[in-house]
Amino acid sequence: MDTLESSLSMLTNPAITQYMLKGVAFTLIISIVAVAFGLLIGSVLALMRSYCVSPKTRVFKWLATVYIEVFRNTPLLLWIFICLVFCPIPAFMSRKLFGLSSVETKLLFKAAIALILFTSSVIAEIVRGGLNSVAHGQFEAGRSQGFGMVRIMLYIVLPQAFRNIVPTLLSQVITTVKDSSYLANVAVIELMARTKQLLSAAGQYNGTGTVNVSDVFVLFGAACLCYFVINFTISCVVRGMQKRKRRVKAIA
Amino acid sequence: MAELFEASAWEKVWTYRDTFLLGLGNTVETALLGLLLAFVLGAVFGLMATSGVKALKAISRIYVEIIQNTPLLLQLCFLYYAIAFAGASLGILYTGVLSLGIYHGAYVAEVIRAGIEAIPKGQFEAARSQGFGYAGTMLYIILPQSIKIILPPMVNQVVNLIKNTSCLYIVGGADLISLTYSFVTGANTGGAYAPAYIVSGVMFFVICFPLSTLASRWEGSLKKRESRVAAAPKTSAEARRGAAV
Repeated sequence: MDTLESSLSMLTNPAITQYMLKGVAFTLIISIVAVAFGLLIGSVLALMRSYCVSPKTRVFKWLATVYIEVFRNTPLLLWIFICLVFCPIPAFMSRKLFGLSSVETKLLFKAAIALILFTSSVIAEIVRGGLNSVAHGQFEAGRSQGFGMVRIMLYIVLPQAFRNIVPTLLSQVITTVKDSSYLANVAVIELMARTKQLLSAAGQYNGTGTVNVSDVFVLFGAACLCYFVINFTISCVVRGMQKRKRRVKAIA
Repeated sequence: MAELFEASAWEKVWTYRDTFLLGLGNTVETALLGLLLAFVLGAVFGLMATSGVKALKAISRIYVEIIQNTPLLLQLCFLYYAIAFAGASLGILYTGVLSLGIYHGAYVAEVIRAGIEAIPKGQFEAARSQGFGYAGTMLYIILPQSIKIILPPMVNQVVNLIKNTSCLYIVGGADLISLTYSFVTGANTGGAYAPAYIVSGVMFFVICFPLSTLASRWEGSLKKRESRVAAAPKTSAEARRGAAV
């Protein structure tokens, strides 16, 4: 039991808590950036896959389909490894940033690109589901009002499609927060990697000189709690939204 | 990118083809065993969630929420290091099977719960009135109806599980991705990045693409059938209104 107490004492060490909280911040930032860019790229891919059907533009549909299917059916870790080797780095990312060394910033950039590419393929399918949920009459109504295809999309179809997929997109944020832990395989930046790093050095901090089982439980337990708080909050929001949607549907 | 067109890089991959096949074998083995565990856990917790007994429901809820809201990688490391620092060892393969099974078991449980809850309550009551017990009701009345709701998301879980075997890399596993990475960074074998990544990517794609396509086709036809069923009463109501006029 003494080892448990000494393990718990690590969590009262401000240096350690700060180190882990920085990891939480990085996890959140990486996930939000990945989902934001993923939404952008994913929307374009979904529009290409759904509406580039005329013989002239069909090639875009096929390109989007190949992209989506390739990324959906291969593991994220493979793309992280691929980006480590082949992803070019713009000059402004190859220096010290956010309190990371320049090597770590580069790794962060490459791995984040991989996460964005992977997430965008998943979000593309979500957006496509949203586009399919918009009734066909909406297009005809738009056309009868003299709207062109671009304006029908911007003013009529996309707003409805996005409103329909907000809960699914938020669930995707949860998945992305979890997926961001795969960055731990290549760099010590976000929460997962920092926890693992702390464990390997736990002998210095817990006062016993060795790493004990209780250290594993305390450190990984703390990390679990961080992830759980983030994701459970989001999933409660999602559930609230779905409940409201059902109620609105029942009234209508 | 240049080595993509170099014959020597491709030759290197071909010479070490056994490495890739071994990795594929390990990935498939981990995935199959993990899947088996996930199905068992999913069935148990899914049935607990729909049992109507409050305590069982709560246990199932806690399991699903904790597992679904924390990363697989963290669970795997937790398990692996807890066992390692306790002085025991399960072997990386079985640690992987265990954590993959527990992780995806939570998702399978949710899929099964949703499938059972989609069946109208009257079906349960009808079964009971015919003298079916719990097992009989589930097996003969509920399962045949919910299987078509359950299958598409279940196949998606299988695809995710196969992709997630790559998590074993963090504890030094021997799955396809880990072996590919040690191949491209190895002292004797290193360098042939593009061909090696293409080979292992294609292996994953060949397994996962048919499955995920099947799942989305199924889902699509299910939705179509649903909308036909939903549309049917409306048309009959319209017909009645038409007749009244």
